[in-house]
Amino acid sequence: MAARIPRIAPSEITPPEVYFNRRAFLTGALAAGAGAALGRAGAAIVPAQSGAPLGYTLDAAQSVDALVHAPGQNEQPNTWEQITHYNNYYEFGTGKSDPAEYAGQLKTRPWNVVVDGEAEVTGNFPLEEFLNPYALEERIYRFRCVEAWSMVIPWVGFPLATLLKRFKPTSRAKYVAFQTLYRPSQMPGQRLDILQWPYREGLRIDEAMNPLAFMVVGLYGRVLPNQSGAPLRLIVPWKYGFKGIKAIVRITFVENQPATTWSQAAPDEYGFYANVNPDVPHPRWSQATERRIGNPFFHERQPTLMFNGYANEVAYLYKGMDLHRYF
Amino acid sequence: MTAASPTHARPFLGLNVERRYRLLYKPAVFLAGLVPIAWIASHLLGWFGLLPAVDPVKFLELEFGQTALNFILLTLMITPVRQLAGLTHLPRLRRMLGLFAFFYAALHFTVYVVLDLDLNWRMVGADIIKRPYITVGFTALLLLIPLAVTSTQRMMRRLGKRWTKLHRLIYLIAILGVWHYYWQVKLDVREPLLYAGILALLLGYRAVRSLRKRAPQRTSKRPGGMCGHAVAAACDDIHTA
Repeated sequence: MAARIPRIAPSEITPPEVYFNRRAFLTGALAAGAGAALGRAGAAIVPAQSGAPLGYTLDAAQSVDALVHAPGQNEQPNTWEQITHYNNYYEFGTGKSDPAEYAGQLKTRPWNVVVDGEAEVTGNFPLEEFLNPYALEERIYRFRCVEAWSMVIPWVGFPLATLLKRFKPTSRAKYVAFQTLYRPSQMPGQRLDILQWPYREGLRIDEAMNPLAFMVVGLYGRVLPNQSGAPLRLIVPWKYGFKGIKAIVRITFVENQPATTWSQAAPDEYGFYANVNPDVPHPRWSQATERRIGNPFFHERQPTLMFNGYANEVAYLYKGMDLHRYF
Repeated sequence: MTAASPTHARPFLGLNVERRYRLLYKPAVFLAGLVPIAWIASHLLGWFGLLPAVDPVKFLELEFGQTALNFILLTLMITPVRQLAGLTHLPRLRRMLGLFAFFYAALHFTVYVVLDLDLNWRMVGADIIKRPYITVGFTALLLLIPLAVTSTQRMMRRLGKRWTKLHRLIYLIAILGVWHYYWQVKLDVREPLLYAGILALLLGYRAVRSLRKRAPQRTSKRPGGMCGHAVAAACDDIHTA
């Protein structure tokens, strides 16, 4: 067994109870008109250090807690420990605890993101510049893995649409393709031919512009830890987790549907769309239910909801499509 | 090392081989068979500074399943090790190893039914019928039951030759078990392939031996080729046994 990376002392982490209380306090304060005293709303300072507090103010008006509400579901967010020690991130190994163990070696600064393809504004942007114009907000989303487990996670970030519009995609930009960093020296999993590296993902442009699609830089009000996809990752809450590409270094506007890593690895098991759908089973297992990590024993399983419970927000995107065919 | 010299002739701690197995080796194997329980519990509860498993249900499922497979492979190692190392009495440990395999397979299934599927029998039924990898695993578990039931001395005597025939099911069970493991892995099949490789060696060894037995006298008396030494040692073992 390799040595473990130093763990963040529990005292350094805001416990969820305190965190959510503070959040409630902020919300209340903002509602009372005291917002100005809390700092520059919309200013985002993202320190490099994983797990450091994010210098931002929660904007109550932008919080989308309401979206998480799904009747009959446990909506209690998972703990920091659960979210950061149970990860599928094959760049660091295929075990669920490998990312927590090995992701510490990844250097997330300096970090550049290339934007290219069918857009008026393209270029190579340092992460800092790339993030600055965006106000950070928090979104508590359900997270449903294709392996039929799920969590509830308080992400911090900004809408993908806000980001994409800045580059003025042309009319030929029908899809957006994303790419993860390829750096085998710091990502040991990339030395194995398990997947085709670098990891690639993509969305149809209208999916990408949906307000729920989210670029993430933080978790629980702190800088996103490496094992969760630092410094910049995607979250598409109505799709299976593998669509949420991590450690993004390239965003390309393209005309044709881009190749995506899992659909290349096993085209009959993982599709381009990968919408959460209880009616379309994985060829080897059912997707009708899921185990919510952290639920009490004997009550772990709960029904999986269409589009992961976000049908009201996203179903229009797939009107008339055969979701059994485009799984 | 030398298989030809019957090492069990030497007394050890003043015990003859019968008593060594009964008083030392069997209790040791019994305790060793419980080690996985302690190890799994430590992980689950976060003892000894281990991080508690975030997903305890999946953890238990995987660990119990893998431990069951380990014991199945161990039972299959008894014969080759006896023959190659000349440990005549080794098969005395096989029943216990086999029962541990059944014990861990039963725990694996119990966790799946009780903790994973929350005792939803309709889901269990649907899984067994519709999910091929679960069908395969469930079949392996069912086939283990008659072997466990007939593992007593009395059943051995009562069934006679049929007992040996029945217990050859373990070869099929081992194949189904490894297949079940291979099939449920999402992508990284290195570990199931390792199990498949070991199983292939263990079954291959038997296939080669039985072919050699059937071969003409000339080759069986002084076998040449790659495993000449091994087979020679095994022959010696048969002579001394």
